[in-house]
Amino acid sequence: MTGATAPPGNRHATALPAPGEPGRGLLPGRAGRAAGLVLAGLALAAACALSLVTGNYTLSFTDAASAVAAPAGSEADRIVWHVRVPRTATGVLAGIGLGIAGAVMQGLTRNPLAGPGILGVNAGAAFAVVVAMSVFQVGALTGYLWYSFAGAALAAVFVYALGSLGTGGATPVKLALAGAALSAMVGSATTAITLLDASALDDFRFWAVGSLTRADTGQLLVAAPAVLIGACLATAVRRELNTVALGEDMARSLGTRLASTRALAAVSVVLLAGTATAIAGPITFVGLVVPHIARALTGPDYRWIMPWCVLLAPAVLVLADVLGRVLIRPEQLQVGIVTGLIGAPFFVHLVRRRKLAQL
Amino acid sequence: MIPGDRDALVLRGPRARVAFRLGRRSTALAAAVWLLAGGVAVLSLTLGRFDIGVTGVLRVLGGGGSLIEYDVVVRNRLPRALTGLGAGAAFALSGAILQRIAANPLVSPDVIGVNAGAAFGALTVLTVYGGTGLHTAAGALAGAAATAGAIFALSARRGLSGYRLVLVGVGVAAMLTSAVSFLLTRTDYHRVLAASAWLTGSLANRSGLHVAIVTATLAVAVPVLVVLARRIRLLELGDDLAGMLSGRTGSGRLAPAAVAVVLAAMATAAAGPIGFVALVAPQIVRRLLPDRGALLAPAAALGALLVVAADLAARLLFTPVELPVGVMTGVLGAPVLLYLLARANRIGHTG
Repeated sequence: MTGATAPPGNRHATALPAPGEPGRGLLPGRAGRAAGLVLAGLALAAACALSLVTGNYTLSFTDAASAVAAPAGSEADRIVWHVRVPRTATGVLAGIGLGIAGAVMQGLTRNPLAGPGILGVNAGAAFAVVVAMSVFQVGALTGYLWYSFAGAALAAVFVYALGSLGTGGATPVKLALAGAALSAMVGSATTAITLLDASALDDFRFWAVGSLTRADTGQLLVAAPAVLIGACLATAVRRELNTVALGEDMARSLGTRLASTRALAAVSVVLLAGTATAIAGPITFVGLVVPHIARALTGPDYRWIMPWCVLLAPAVLVLADVLGRVLIRPEQLQVGIVTGLIGAPFFVHLVRRRKLAQL
Repeated sequence: MIPGDRDALVLRGPRARVAFRLGRRSTALAAAVWLLAGGVAVLSLTLGRFDIGVTGVLRVLGGGGSLIEYDVVVRNRLPRALTGLGAGAAFALSGAILQRIAANPLVSPDVIGVNAGAAFGALTVLTVYGGTGLHTAAGALAGAAATAGAIFALSARRGLSGYRLVLVGVGVAAMLTSAVSFLLTRTDYHRVLAASAWLTGSLANRSGLHVAIVTATLAVAVPVLVVLARRIRLLELGDDLAGMLSGRTGSGRLAPAAVAVVLAAMATAAAGPIGFVALVAPQIVRRLLPDRGALLAPAAALGALLVVAADLAARLLFTPVELPVGVMTGVLGAPVLLYLLARANRIGHTG
């Protein structure tokens, strides 16, 4: 319990600051949050720039800039256009997708443990990929992308349908538990296949850590609109998420249409998290943790949390990828490993603060 | 002994200094499920690549039978069944307590990083030093203990807040999971195979040592929980009400949380991180019983039943291959929970 900040018996009332009242995040007031947002945007730009120049073949910033602006076919240009730009774009798209999806799911289920994977997206994608490896003998990394998205979408639809059986609709507890149950079931099947089919396990362990090097430009051009649509849907329900945070009865009496809010939010999560998992693999940490970082910084208002997630999550992901390239040169660490190893201590430090903005 | 109210039985000690309140339904459910778990365990002693009838098993347990029967039943299947029963009960108890403390149905020892710590310890031993058996269990125990200590040190701050415990646990779990992935991608393929089986949770090749680990843990934890059960039940009411009723919410959760972590750590050391038991067993019990007591006894029984049944299924369904037990717990437990979720909704009981 936040103790110092939340008076007893008044938890829901303090969950959302009144308009004009300073929120309970680290950044006080509207101006501070907006300035922080600009800083986060700069951090994202810097991360992208670093991602273009860093690697086993180090470029100067001017080389990279000229390669992006006016490619002449030199070696540097080819590296930038065929390797680093897709890799950076994958990081940005996957980051945006995971960040917003995590915030939406945490808001919708009012559960701090909800992440993009809560609808079974990661488990479904992993299962589809293992089936592709084991049954259909798909070998190329890029070939897994469509399987992964199909698996993610199917799993999410299934979880949502199960969670909304009957008259009560898709309540948070039922959605979360249905997601956890389906994930466990599908995860069991995934494990069984990898244990019975040794070569699938050998490929799968590399898919399972998450990496930004898989998608090619054509796939990214498909992924970008999906993320954009998902982000628009999520933005459309940001006010409703604020009222949902007050509890279902309160939200209903404030005029929120719970059923349509939940359905819209679920569709956006499928688009966002499904696409992110398809292009980058199951990177759970970013989607789970970046919304908490945003909440700690700006307070519990989703109108602020969303834009922060849009900038912060890709910045974290791209920066982690850059670090993964330089930490153990000449080898590379997959981004999924770096986000956990380096992002987690920071996250733990953040949640240990005395004033913690709760969900 | 005093008859208590309609739903419960109250047992009183001499001169009424100590009293226990037993919910009738939860006691009945616990007894029934324990009987079922015991039945499945006995069945698992008879079935396998070398089938022995129930009478044969009883003869062997009584000291008779041939040498090979003794070897199969007493050396191989009995430790396996006992470890499964104990580890299942321990995982379920741990999950039931943690879900109460954090007031969150998704919390289980794997969410707050205990299992990831054990996995990291065990995998370090398995992949870096190439150790087996006993070494792995020791590594798991060390990893889980270190992780649990770190989580408590990081999240206790003027008492233990359920919310902070969960978030710190998520962070620590993410870090350790990354470390595990790192180990898995850097190791040669044969060790990955062994590690992968361990990570799923396996009851193969258990010995008296593993049985001793879980038995000793339960022998210590269960009496402590009998004393703490009242407090755990109070936590369910939420921070504010529990604080008002007891006057010490914050510190009141440290003891049950510590018990939960020790249970999970020891069970993981004995059987590997068997997934989903800790999450699903308390949730199923919650949906089967109308009252909202601590429900620890039926949850433990259900955990034990789930693990022995899953192990039996994993051994028999894919012959000649044996799968680790962790593969089947999800397959067996998830449909039950999903069914109960769907059914509970129809009669308007969702909590």
